[in-house]
Amino acid sequence: MSEVITVASETTQRNDRTVFGFWVYLMTDCVLFASLFATFAVLRGNTFGGPSGAQLFSMPYALTETLLLLASSFTCGLAVLAAQRRRKDWVLILFGLTFLLGLSFLAMELTEFTHLVHEGDSWRRSGFLSAFFTLVGTHGLHITIGLLWMVVMMALVLRRGLNSDNVRKLALLSIFWHFLDLIWIFIFTVVYLLGAIQ
Amino acid sequence: MNDKPRTQRFSVESYVVGFILSLAFTLTAYVLVVQRTLSRRILIIAVTILALAQFFTQLLFFLHLGRETKPRWKLLVFLFMTMIVAILVFGSLWIMYNLNYHMTLQQMYQYLNNQGDGL
Repeated sequence: MSEVITVASETTQRNDRTVFGFWVYLMTDCVLFASLFATFAVLRGNTFGGPSGAQLFSMPYALTETLLLLASSFTCGLAVLAAQRRRKDWVLILFGLTFLLGLSFLAMELTEFTHLVHEGDSWRRSGFLSAFFTLVGTHGLHITIGLLWMVVMMALVLRRGLNSDNVRKLALLSIFWHFLDLIWIFIFTVVYLLGAIQ
Repeated sequence: MNDKPRTQRFSVESYVVGFILSLAFTLTAYVLVVQRTLSRRILIIAVTILALAQFFTQLLFFLHLGRETKPRWKLLVFLFMTMIVAILVFGSLWIMYNLNYHMTLQQMYQYLNNQGDGL
């Protein structure tokens, strides 16, 4: 009995270490986003005669994006709960739902980008737009990576089931996804809400 | 009971509460901005506070920060990160606004001419 406990606590310790390592990566990623936010805050007024944020962005559109990402963060959390309880069907359904919500978010963001570029308001237009595309684009790149990771994890769960290895990886993926939602709160606030006030 | 293998299990309630609170904060901020009943200064402060409230809500209910056992390394790394981020963001803004403030129009034209582009 005590042997079982030792083995179990060793796995827990290893899992804790992995989660901690991933956590440290996310915190350094925060510093990356902070520098992009600082750049955006400095350059937000430098429109060089071009349109400002208030003229460019549609508020209901940004709100829809926010709600999609928030809902996907929620379903992702529920999916990890299902994984901890070894409910394979629910894991696949909930991660599938998270994936679809994330994909619609990405589609909306890319539609916004192509629309802006098409209207001649690309990153070459002004300092403000360069900063905007860099900040929001970096977040979108993270979302893309998260979606790819999600596909790989769903394939792994389908093939090998919910072994402890997969459950740990799903937990890491969920931390990553929640983190991206956290970053988006600030993008929504700083870029869209405060942009509309100016 | 103490050396029972500790598998961290979180409850559904934690996520539901976090989700509802986040929704409330998002929609409040949105309605405040769209309605524009408040003055500009108060609006900026309100929206910033709502964003921070949502940030901490999600940290607690989604990322479960502060729920770990005694050596709280995650919390420590997180606090260190917030310090770096604060220095980075506020430092940049402070320096850049001061530069804008101290640069005269004449100096700016001179600078642009030296760049070879002119205006």
